[in-house]
Amino acid sequence: MKNFKIDHRITNGFEVLDLYGELDAHTASQLEDALKELINNKKSTIIVNFRELDYIASAGLGVFMAYIEDVRSIGGDIKLTNMNDKVYNVFDLLGFPTLYDIFRDEEEAVEKFLNEIK
Amino acid sequence: MNKAVTYRKKINASTQNLSDVREFVSRHAEKHGFTSRQVADVQLAVDEACTNIIKHAYNYDASKELSIELEFDDEKMNVTLTDQGMGFDVERYKKPDLKKQIARKKRGGMGVYLIRNLMDEVNYYAESRENVLRMIKNRN
Repeated sequence: MKNFKIDHRITNGFEVLDLYGELDAHTASQLEDALKELINNKKSTIIVNFRELDYIASAGLGVFMAYIEDVRSIGGDIKLTNMNDKVYNVFDLLGFPTLYDIFRDEEEAVEKFLNEIK
Repeated sequence: MNKAVTYRKKINASTQNLSDVREFVSRHAEKHGFTSRQVADVQLAVDEACTNIIKHAYNYDASKELSIELEFDDEKMNVTLTDQGMGFDVERYKKPDLKKQIARKKRGGMGVYLIRNLMDEVNYYAESRENVLRMIKNRN
């Protein structure tokens, strides 16, 4: 079984979650816990970097649906970056690009946050 | 025409077995010449269908079993999932209204939509205490 893993780091003052491996109905709770922890600590400018994520099922997308309102209501956002084509295709099929900021590169998400804060 | 080849796998109804199911699907689909895009589509569709069975048909009771059968012929790949749990409605496959769901903090309802989108044909029926989901992916 391929593992799923999340690393947490801070870049330019923004919270970054790096996802690794495969995100499905079994591993989605780990992502949920990581997001909950950030929100509970009033951290609301969150970037999720998918560079090392090989696979996503709808349970993974469901986590972003469940928490985006909480984050936006405290003035923040969850921005998604560096998805491979296979992973992006799932977000696209379900219509996420119109409601979420999805960037090719983490730098673009940082820039967008910096512009929003101005 | 070559004879169809069939592979079978049985798993307990636990989400921890989903990665094994994906590996089973991709290994055989690749071996039978499906493109990487097609393999990814079938992998996700089977994952979503198994997740629905584990969640809705068996309510996460890991003592229950579900079986997966893959059949390959010259034109297509046939996937059959069988369980003995509560049936669920795969006919409801409208595209989820993301905006509404986000506002209500609701998730889910995406699996069946994905399955219908990723596979060429999807049929579901209940027969003598068994639920059978048949999905087809064509080679072309």
